[in-house]
Amino acid sequence: MLEVKDLYVTVEGNEILKGLTLTINAGEVHAIMGPNGAGKSTLSAVIAGKDGYEVTSGSITFEGQDVLEMEVEERALAGMLLGFQYPVEIPGVKNIYLLKAALNAKRSANGQEDIPAPEFMKLIKEKIAEMKMDASFLQRSVNEGFSGGEKKRNEILQMLVLQPRLAMLDEIDSGLDIDAMKVVADGVNSLRDAERAILLVTHYQRLLDYIVPDRVHVLVDGRIVKSGDAELAKKLEAHGYDWVEEGSAA
Amino acid sequence: MSDVQTFLDRLAERNAQRGREPTWIAARRQAGAARFEALGFPTRRDEAWKYTDVRAIARGDFALADDAEFSPATAAALTLPIDAHRLTFVDGVFSASLSQLDGLPSGVALLPLSRALEENHEAVGGPLGRLTGVEFSPFSALNTAFTEEGAVVRLAPGTVVEKPIVLQFLSRAGDQPVMSHPRILIEAAGRSQATVIEHHIGEEAAANFTNLVEEVMLDRGAILTHYKLQEAPLADLHVASIHVEQGRDSTYTSFNLNLGGSLVRTDLISELNGQGATANFYGLFYGQGRQHVDSHTLANHNAPHTYSNENYKGILDDRAHGVFNGKVVVKRDSQKIEGYQSNANLLLSDRAEIDAKPELEIYADDVKCSHGSTTGQLDEEAIFALRTRGIDRQTARGLLTLAFAGEVLEEVDVDTISERVELAVAGKLPERFNLAGLVEAAVALDDE
Repeated sequence: MLEVKDLYVTVEGNEILKGLTLTINAGEVHAIMGPNGAGKSTLSAVIAGKDGYEVTSGSITFEGQDVLEMEVEERALAGMLLGFQYPVEIPGVKNIYLLKAALNAKRSANGQEDIPAPEFMKLIKEKIAEMKMDASFLQRSVNEGFSGGEKKRNEILQMLVLQPRLAMLDEIDSGLDIDAMKVVADGVNSLRDAERAILLVTHYQRLLDYIVPDRVHVLVDGRIVKSGDAELAKKLEAHGYDWVEEGSAA
Repeated sequence: MSDVQTFLDRLAERNAQRGREPTWIAARRQAGAARFEALGFPTRRDEAWKYTDVRAIARGDFALADDAEFSPATAAALTLPIDAHRLTFVDGVFSASLSQLDGLPSGVALLPLSRALEENHEAVGGPLGRLTGVEFSPFSALNTAFTEEGAVVRLAPGTVVEKPIVLQFLSRAGDQPVMSHPRILIEAAGRSQATVIEHHIGEEAAANFTNLVEEVMLDRGAILTHYKLQEAPLADLHVASIHVEQGRDSTYTSFNLNLGGSLVRTDLISELNGQGATANFYGLFYGQGRQHVDSHTLANHNAPHTYSNENYKGILDDRAHGVFNGKVVVKRDSQKIEGYQSNANLLLSDRAEIDAKPELEIYADDVKCSHGSTTGQLDEEAIFALRTRGIDRQTARGLLTLAFAGEVLEEVDVDTISERVELAVAGKLPERFNLAGLVEAAVALDDE
């Protein structure tokens, strides 16, 4: 589904990714772990199309399409959705409007009519219940005045409504207490199916107790230095990143 | 001086065609002309006109329209689709056929100034010019010199008008640009209540000059909501002063919505003379191309326990230039007043420009006042966030622009008006942003 080949990315002249290669197939959950500054967030930001990231070589393809040639919104409409580490507050744009506009943009791209209001409200009602959010969130401006945990739930709510093919979640666990983490993890797990893939970027193994990945990759200094199954994350937790760095250096 | 002379020559021509008229009108006309001649057009050396260059008006040669002919089909397309009582003027000339005066409720007088003068000129002579005299500005002097047509609205005590009253001003395209100097006179007696929608619009190719003077008098307990939806053709020149006098416990709410015109200047002044009087000033100005939109407001707290609340939003694109000058004045001994003023401006392009000047003058000590002005650009992070949800850049910009205007638009009670403003500032969005439907749906959701 997603193929990242030998990707080099610079940000403001600093080389952050240095030959990253990653393949994610439909139905898989991948976790990218690594120390601060390894380039974890850069990968998902580049895939989503954020400004300021220069791809100097390598390629990214999504279901055969050249991602780097696509506009930000085209990537989203193709099914790649980024859940932000720090969701942006958008004063004056109501959550419910964002959800409806985004869902209708997707439907329109698929040649479908706008979703009828009753059907939309039924869907939203179901999804906010899943995320254990109060209906009042719908009328509030996007993320404005939300707590850290509420912002993260809101990101997952958008995922549940938009049903991406590839969900990329950047440090979705940061700032969450254990209850909120369970809600978020349940939300993410509900997205798991044979047609979909999930890319988790995280610093801590803790999240992976709740969302068990198929593959774990350790990113150090812009490259994946080790890959394995969920057990790898546990080893990392026990031994720290130095263990991998030493191992890879050897 | 020659600029002034062109206008005086037009006045002389017009006066030569006039029949007999009451002596007071002739006298005021003369006073207006004399004052205009003495003042000349304002220049940027005048503090009140520091950011607004009126040479496009001063150097023009504008004729006066003699008829109100207008294609009914075009008029229908331009008229707000609202069930309303309506007076229509074409280039300042009253059009009976485009007006809707059937079924006026008792207690409401709605008529063109010319007819009001015919019926009882003395009843007009008292209020007309009482708030805005020839001293106010060269434009008010010029308007007075040319006084002949306009709208008169009178509400008898206790009259509540259900339907809005629309004052429609159509600008016509033609070989020769024309000018009009309409007056609007609104007298709302005690506890009367109405919504007046003043609508300026016209044929796309029009390039006319409208010089409007409005006087609004609210007696005790009267409530007036006044929409000024200025959607004049993009080459039109538009100068207006609105002077409001408020008695005890009256409420005047103004929506000054400026979307059209190449050069636009509005002065809005409220005299809060009676205790308990409230003035709400909501404004939104949108400029594109090389439009110049200048909004001056003044809340004069002349009595204790008076309240003013102002929120103006400016949105400027391309090389448009906006001016906001809002002033709150609290007179000596006007204690226990509240005066709040807020202005925010959004620059959508690097070449757009805003000059904002909020002012407070307070001569009493027991008051609550605040003011502030901010100017910014669209949040690129927010645009990116919206795009990552599949919303295209143009729509994302539109959404954020509208979100910026939201505080003002949410106060607009007439859907037709908020929809038109939304469309003008944000383009066509996936659906109505004002969310009336969605709010209802959410309420239903809570109810289940």
